Amino acid sequence: MLSFILRRLGTMALTMLCLTLVVFFLINLNPNLKKLAISQTEMHTSAEQLEDWLVNHGYRQNFFVRYGQWLGVLPKQPIIDPATGKPAQRFSFCNDPVEPKFSGVLQGDFGCSTKFKTTVAAKLFPALGATGLLMFWVLAVMVPISLLIGILAGMREGSRTDRTLSVASIASTATPEYVSGVIFTVIFASWLGWLNGSAASASQGLTFYNFTLPVMTLAIYGTGYIARMTRASMVEVMTQQYIRTARLKGLSFGSVVVKHALRNALIAPFTVIMLQFPWLLTGVVIVEVMFRYQGFGYTLVEAAGNNDIDLLLGCSLVSVFIVLITQLISDVGYAFLNPRIRVQ
Amino acid sequence: MQTEFISAFDVVLGVLERFWPVWIALVLVMGVSFAYKKKLALYGQLFDSGVGIAGVGICLFWLFTAIFASTISPFDPLAQVSIMKDTLPGAIEPTSKLVYYFGGDKLARDVFSRMVYGSQIVLIIAPAATGFALMVGITLGLPAGYYGGKIDTLLSFLANLVLAFPVILLFYLLVTPGIMDTPIPYAMAGLFFLFPIIFFSVLFWTRFKNRPDRLYILLGITLVVGGWIYAGLVFDADPLKIVHIDPNQLNIFVAVVFASSPGVFRIVRGLTMDIKTRDYVAAAQTRGESPWYIMLWEILPNARGPLIVDACLRIGYTTILLGTLGYFGLGLAPESPDWGTAIKDASRLLRSFIHPALPPTIALMSFVLGLNLLADSLREQSMKD
Repeated sequence: MLSFILRRLGTMALTMLCLTLVVFFLINLNPNLKKLAISQTEMHTSAEQLEDWLVNHGYRQNFFVRYGQWLGVLPKQPIIDPATGKPAQRFSFCNDPVEPKFSGVLQGDFGCSTKFKTTVAAKLFPALGATGLLMFWVLAVMVPISLLIGILAGMREGSRTDRTLSVASIASTATPEYVSGVIFTVIFASWLGWLNGSAASASQGLTFYNFTLPVMTLAIYGTGYIARMTRASMVEVMTQQYIRTARLKGLSFGSVVVKHALRNALIAPFTVIMLQFPWLLTGVVIVEVMFRYQGFGYTLVEAAGNNDIDLLLGCSLVSVFIVLITQLISDVGYAFLNPRIRVQ
Repeated sequence: MQTEFISAFDVVLGVLERFWPVWIALVLVMGVSFAYKKKLALYGQLFDSGVGIAGVGICLFWLFTAIFASTISPFDPLAQVSIMKDTLPGAIEPTSKLVYYFGGDKLARDVFSRMVYGSQIVLIIAPAATGFALMVGITLGLPAGYYGGKIDTLLSFLANLVLAFPVILLFYLLVTPGIMDTPIPYAMAGLFFLFPIIFFSVLFWTRFKNRPDRLYILLGITLVVGGWIYAGLVFDADPLKIVHIDPNQLNIFVAVVFASSPGVFRIVRGLTMDIKTRDYVAAAQTRGESPWYIMLWEILPNARGPLIVDACLRIGYTTILLGTLGYFGLGLAPESPDWGTAIKDASRLLRSFIHPALPPTIALMSFVLGLNLLADSLREQSMKD
């Protein structure tokens, strides 16, 4: 088991290395660098001045050298101001090294955000905290509801309850966040006036009034999917021999479901819930933009929209990490929950 | 000048009336299918359950809407009639006396016509992109599952690499205006669009290599048609100027194919690994058939059930992806009538006007719902066999 986890961690590290290299390459394409230079110089500048800006800020160094510096396996060189001959600071809001030193992601230095005029760490981690809060509430709503729907539907396959709940869950999987967000806002904010259509005030303090709509919107897309998986798994368990034995022994239907079927039926949904995280990540971006909630998704969109190189790299690192670690947890957890599967 | 309105009841009647070509086509197709359902194999079995009928009905409804879009919609989706800005549903346009059934949006365009034309964009890109993703996924998934070993390890690693990208980040990186200046989208298009040609060539070659009379005809057709479309799409050099795609749309198309082919790859690989242990595969191996013949003519036909279900779900998912792209204003032109862009425009103004937001949201939702219902009942039918 331990060697399995170690091997998976190794693959994970390799994947992250490849992905960050791809992201680094795509962000540093020439048109994107030009866009950054134009937005940062904030004036009508000639092509030559833009090029100067890029050279002066170290964006024209060798690609692999810059990637190595970002990663922290190559030392960052101080940028020498040609006029004074002394090390210069590229940006006023974060410190560049005065002497060559290793200062990259591996050392915990994520670089500078050109859009928010601060270090990436100072922007990214509070945003992650805010999104973590949102995710917590989404999972707290989504998981119990979807499991309940799945179990009720799968308990008696083909019954009227099953048909109704199945169609409802199919409908919910057909409702992406930007659709349900609009519909919920129309119903609950515009017509009924019960809830706030914007979660901008949620960073000062969460209330039922400003936080319910984002949570609802984000939860609904995943609910149907998890419920479908739970139903399928429940249907399969209910046809097993041991369930029939329990029924024939004279146990009541309710106690067979709760005591015998449930435990085995919940193994598959665990994996599904874990694998939902990458989908939730996309949903988070849509919901945070739609309801103006200052979290990770909002930061990602701002970073991508303004070609904020270091911030976008930080964001992709975090999201790729989340995806890979949840995959690992789901595999390991599955092996623990299901005694029939043991890794060789 | 006062704008005149018609009543809500008249709006409903008017909308139903505008869809008249769709109703006729729908009744014809559904009637014929229902009458001959015994002879139509899997498609006919769909008509045995309410869910299946609903799924087929909704999908056909949007298909016919896309085909007859110019007849149904009273206005040009891009035309602006400034007097109709933000008008409520049922407003009458003064010069032509036609009705803005679902009102006007902030740029004074007819919401109804835009919704109808939006279906065209979705119904062209989503199935086509899914088709290409299927080709890529099948062509790579079959050898990965059949041979295993190093090929499998390498291809699976690459697929997992793409799958580990959150979709939205992938799109922000691949569908920026700046990337059109680089050769990347064209290189990717050149790679992806090669797969259908390879697929069909190998398909015919393995089957008919001992019957040159048919082989040369089929291979010739594949190469000529494939090469013609390939030249038109990738190099925009179609000599007849029929096959043409905007650079923007090419970019979206490539990004969507890129994002969804690893999913197909994984399914095909799993199915292949399962099916290759069957007796008929062993029989074919004993006969001395070539590996590609076995993959394409023994394994693939037996994997079609799950693949058809997956394709239905995937078209729905691609529709959602296109909506996401539109919602973030990536790739598609800002005035494009597609549903995602319309939702984006309308959701900004939700506090003051809600009527421009509802038609595209409901359209998108119903189309995806139709596809999901279709997939669900297909799955149920194939399980019965």
